[in-house]
Amino acid sequence: MKAGIIQFPGSNCDEDAFRAVADVMGQEAVYCWHKDHDLQQVDLVILPGGFSYGDYLRPGAIARFSPIMQEVVAFAKRGGPVLAVCNGFQIACEAGLLPGALLRNAGLRFISAPVNLRVETIATRFTSQYRLGQVISVPIAHGDGRYTADADTLERLEGEGHVAFRYVTASGEASTAANPNGSLRNIAGIVNAGGNVLGMMPHPERAMEAALGSTDGVPLFASLLESLLAGVSA
Amino acid sequence: MTRYRLSIHIVPRRGILDPQGKAVTDALHTLAFAAVQDVRVGRFLVVEMQAESEESARSAAKTMCNQLLANPVTEDFEIASVVPA
Repeated sequence: MKAGIIQFPGSNCDEDAFRAVADVMGQEAVYCWHKDHDLQQVDLVILPGGFSYGDYLRPGAIARFSPIMQEVVAFAKRGGPVLAVCNGFQIACEAGLLPGALLRNAGLRFISAPVNLRVETIATRFTSQYRLGQVISVPIAHGDGRYTADADTLERLEGEGHVAFRYVTASGEASTAANPNGSLRNIAGIVNAGGNVLGMMPHPERAMEAALGSTDGVPLFASLLESLLAGVSA
Repeated sequence: MTRYRLSIHIVPRRGILDPQGKAVTDALHTLAFAAVQDVRVGRFLVVEMQAESEESARSAAKTMCNQLLANPVTEDFEIASVVPA
């Protein structure tokens, strides 16, 4: 597997993603500069977390006009897998790769903390190595993570099984208390209709090593690796 | 061509939780402005541009809002004024 990690001015989880792919998974990782048009024949695109363009106007609003994003959108339209984390999720929504938007946390504070997520579907190339309903611990670090979409979009996401992760309590209950940012229906991550773009606010690439507090992100990368080895077309 | 100055308001759509607006509402209530029923906090942009007419400037601003300045999922916009700059 060759993963391309897109670097925007203000990306700050690019190195975490690189380490997750290269050091933990033992796969090839390359950086793709936002001004380039070359995706370097990667099998997987990662839109990493950070504050691209200083979150000017809205998080992700300017990054989507970066030259490389034309290639990322084309890659996604061909069915190539795109993992969009945190600011990457915001960029993917702004670019129209995923429905909805991420707004200021309901509590108005930036939150950096581990959260519990429930795996809502294992029928995606990102989640096949989890158990359905499994509760995992993955950190969040964001000020604008409140997932919002209109009622029709929410119904469609739920009905078609495109909600990937939900914020829950340690016992797996999707309660208001377990919702760190006011996301509608406790949504923490979604996949697109084609199942090849995953957007999530929590950081699986920061949950890859026991020394860092959690290894619950590993099955996500293992799922991707398995799907690519199985020859799912990219 | 004339230089126009456009004032554009962008606010969270009604019905979408605006925690900043709610915090400001609560603060105004604390100041005894009990009559305040709702506050929404948004952005105010001043755009200066060349255009053939007021109408074409307004039309361009609308396109700018739809494509970039406002998020169509969560925000509403209003071209509040278009005046020669």
